[in-house]
Order: sequence, then C-alpha cells, then structure tokens
Amino acid sequence: MNMISNVNDLGLLQKVSAFLWAEAALLDDKDYDAWLALWLTEGFYTLPIGEGEDFDNQLNLCHDNDRMRRDRIQRFKQGFSISSAPPALTVRTVSRFVIDSAEGDTVTVSSAEHVIEDKFGRQRVWAANMKHTLVVSEQGFKIRAKVVRLLNSDGVLNSFSYLF
Amino acid sequence: MLHASEKFSDLDALYSPDAKVATSMYEDADLFSEEMERIFKRTWVWVAHDSELADKGSFKLSNVGLEPVIVVRDRKGEVNVLVNRCRHRAATVCEVKKGKTSSFQCPYHGWGYGLDGSLRGLPYPEQYGADFDKGAHGLKTLRTESYNGMIFATFNDEIEPLVDFLGPEVCRYIDLFMKQGGGFPVKVLGEHQFSVPMNWKVQLENTTDAYHFPVVHKSFMQSLDGDAEEAFKFLDTGKGYVEDLGNGHSVMVMIPERIDLDEHLDDPIEERFQPLVKELRDDGYPEDQVLKIVRAVGGAGFNLNLFPNVSFSLAFFRVLTPVNVEKTDIRHIALGMEGGPAAANRMRLRLHEHFQGPMGFGSPDDAEVWERVQRGTKGGEDLPILVNRGLVDETPGTLGPRGHISAETGMRAAYKMWKRMMSR
Repeated sequence: MNMISNVNDLGLLQKVSAFLWAEAALLDDKDYDAWLALWLTEGFYTLPIGEGEDFDNQLNLCHDNDRMRRDRIQRFKQGFSISSAPPALTVRTVSRFVIDSAEGDTVTVSSAEHVIEDKFGRQRVWAANMKHTLVVSEQGFKIRAKVVRLLNSDGVLNSFSYLF
Repeated sequence: MLHASEKFSDLDALYSPDAKVATSMYEDADLFSEEMERIFKRTWVWVAHDSELADKGSFKLSNVGLEPVIVVRDRKGEVNVLVNRCRHRAATVCEVKKGKTSSFQCPYHGWGYGLDGSLRGLPYPEQYGADFDKGAHGLKTLRTESYNGMIFATFNDEIEPLVDFLGPEVCRYIDLFMKQGGGFPVKVLGEHQFSVPMNWKVQLENTTDAYHFPVVHKSFMQSLDGDAEEAFKFLDTGKGYVEDLGNGHSVMVMIPERIDLDEHLDDPIEERFQPLVKELRDDGYPEDQVLKIVRAVGGAGFNLNLFPNVSFSLAFFRVLTPVNVEKTDIRHIALGMEGGPAAANRMRLRLHEHFQGPMGFGSPDDAEVWERVQRGTKGGEDLPILVNRGLVDETPGTLGPRGHISAETGMRAAYKMWKRMMSR
C-alpha cells in the first residue's frame, strides 16, 4: 500500500480529494459543461461490466471517448430524452481515497462512490469502486481516465439518466 | 372467491376481437400466475445461445418463466437444461452466473449431480434404505432443442418440435439474421441487464413497435451522422412492414434492403463505417470480404419477435424474463463474429453500447416509457389499451396478415397466441 510518508504526500491527497469532491458536486448539480472541461481530449470514461480490463474489446455499460462524452451530455441537455427530462435527482458521496501511484505529472487514485437517486418518488442506491487517472496541468488536475465499477455491474441494473 | 381460471374465463374481455387490451392484463397478479402456468410452463422458452456454452462443461444460469435453470453442455456435447434445485431439500446447486464445471454439488448436504442432471452420489446413502433409486432423484430436466444456435427449453413434453413451433418463416428469418456473422459464426460478446417496473407484455409489444421509434429515440437519432440517421427514418420512407408469422411470432422489417445481408453489397457505405473499411483493408482483407464484414457489422434490417421471450433485434438479442406482474428483467445480448476481425467486433461493441443497456442512448428512454405505461394503468381501469393500429390496410402475408411498418400487427400476433395458450 502506498502510505502517506511525508507532508508533501498529505498535500497531494488533500488536492486529489478536493478535486474528486468538486467533480462529484458538478455531477450532482448536473453542471455537465463544467464536467466536460475537466477532461483531457484523449481520455476515456468507462463503466465496465464485471472484472475485465480490456475495455476496447469487451462490452461495457459505457466506454466514452471525447465525442461520445459530448454526445451523451448533449442528449441529457436537449430535452428530447424522456428519461433525462427530467432526470433522476442524485446525491453522492465519494470517499476512501487511496493514492495508487504518483509519478511525474500523473496521479492515479482509487475511491468509493455511493449514489442515491430519486425519481417517481422512489429512491435507489448504487455503490461503485472508482479509479481516476489525473494529470497535473496549469489549470489544475485534468482527467485522463475514469473507470467506475458498479458493485453489481454484471447483474440486473436499472437505466441511468445521470453520470457516476 | 373466484378460482383464477374462472376469473379469466372470458378471454375476449381481456383481449377483444377488435384488438383492445384490458388494463388488468398489465396489473392483475392472479392473471400473471395463470400466464406463468399456461404460457411459460407450456411453450418453448429461449434460454441461451450456443456460443455461450463453448466447451464441454460450460454452463450459464437462465430462467424459464419464473423457474431458475442451469443451461449446461455435457461431456457428450449435448446441452441440458436443469432446474436449479437440489432434489433433497431444494437448495440451489449453482449460484455462479456462468463458467465451466465437471459437476454440480449441493452446498447443503453434498448431493452431487452430473452435467446431465443425474444424481451421481450423496453422503451416507444407506440411510435411505437399500432400494433408494438414484435414477429417480436427478435434477429436474427440461426438454431442450435448438435451431441455428438458439437454444430453447420447455417443461411441456407434449409440445411440437421446436422447428414446428417456430415455423418455416421464422426459421428463414433466423437464418437471415445470422448472416450478420459476416461469414463467421455469430458469437455472444456480452450482455446488458436491467429491470423495469412493467408487465412482461409491455416489453413483448415493444420489439414490434416501430411507431415509437422517432418519438422515444429522437435523442439517439440526433447523435447519429446524416446517413446513419437516414437509415433509422424507416417510418418516413414507409418501405417496411410488419408481418404475423404464426404462433405469436412476427417480423418487423425496417430496412428491406438489409433483410438479406448478402444482397445490395454494392450500396454506398455509410460514413460511420469508413474507418472500419480502412482498417480491414489495411489488415489485408480482400475487398469482397471487407464489404461483407462491414455490411454485417451494421446488423440486419429487421426485428424478429418470438413468442414469448426473445427477439432478434437488428444486431442483438433482446430477452425478457417475467419477475412479477409489475416487474420484468431485460437482457440485451451483444453479438459479434467468432474468429472475425477484432476491429469489426470492437465496432459492434461500441454500437451496442451506444443504444443499448442501462447507459445507452436508447434503452433508458424505452425503460422510462414502459414504466410510464405501468404507472398510467393505475388510472382509468375501464379504458382499453389499443393495439388496433394499422388494421385498416392489412393485407395477407405468407402465414398471416402484413401491415404498415407502424402497424400493431406484431402485437396482435402475440395476443392471438396469448389467447390461444390461455384458453387451454
């Protein structure tokens, strides 16, 4: 395990935590343009099914490049998608941060995410393990990869009108 | 209290001769129980595709109606469908969704079963007496038959052979559908699963409903490039049709030029497939094979809807599993080419993710309107649900009526079969 060993590491964990919390707030607020701006163009946003790592060659819940991310947000915002007009409301918490590696300008961080959604007077709970690959830039962190593994990704889910 | 079968003796009141469906069809729990007995326990139900059971010992969990089953390929290569319940004290003998095994052992008292369901051994058998018949204590097995890779099972030993249940037109369309292997065997690449608070028949109707497409899937259409969007404008072109294929089955042809993927190979290739064309050419595939593979990646131009639980939908299988009167699980099974170019399979995967499943650009909107149907039936109990669209200009097809692309001919085919099965 990569333990915090000095003051600088502690600073990194705080910065990473602050970034992921800010991202979580954007997603709950559905401030999607701001969320898109967090990404590097070459980044992939992936919700895999099961344990696999070869996202390109396996079926995922989503495996979005820049174009797909933008199309997805466009779909959410245009108002023609009945499932996202209105979407479910969400409140999420992100915690259990662990810095997996920090080399050069790149940090990978694992975390836990709990999302509660509300629609039609019904609440559903989702839990996921997340892994972010973040790159330091002049504007702060940018996301190079985000992998969200729902606890029951290979089980029977419901449809989602929001992002994890 | 009325006995359930008396309560539902007037089937015309549930599905009228002029194609109107009673609200109770979606929300009466007693009727649901009757359907599970009279339909799902008595007809052929789809359980797996051949490619999901690649080797001897390969298995997956599935359902026949409400009953959990194991579908497994035995040492002789035969596929068996076994009720997932130990004959001793009923515990499930398998809780792994799919995998490979040499036997199934009950975790409770250790009864062990072979891949054909036969009881192989049990601890301390002498306590059952010397005349204990192991042969009479195997896992309950279902009659199992397959057509072109599609495996079906039934609890009904009296039912006609699978190919007769499907009929010649369904078999013909299955063969056509499988051409999207592009010269390779069709292979299951994965599946999306989601549950919807709706009656199973709401789903049964939907795969033969072209009328909803431009409304519910407007946001999907808008995410497509121009010529891909054109391909999905089948309501505007009006060239397609829906045809009753007998026994509750139907076909909805959206793009007639894509019924047979070996034809029209000279048609221009859509913009979105151009990168794949280049990749296949660069990989050295000969030109005629490139065209065939690219055409196959786009999928078939029709939905083939089988009563009661599986649909061959353009490029994937859609499977419904009834859970209770107001809950149905849906599986969208992604298909690809066994041994085909990785680039082609990658594109199939991305196309599947684009529309299907919990995060697709299509399925969540479908799920929303299906749930809205179920919620809507809470009001106006006396109002019928209309599936009479397109009756006005139906013409005779090969085995049953053929209607306009947006006609509800396929739903009527399914409800006709529903009535037939519920009346015996």
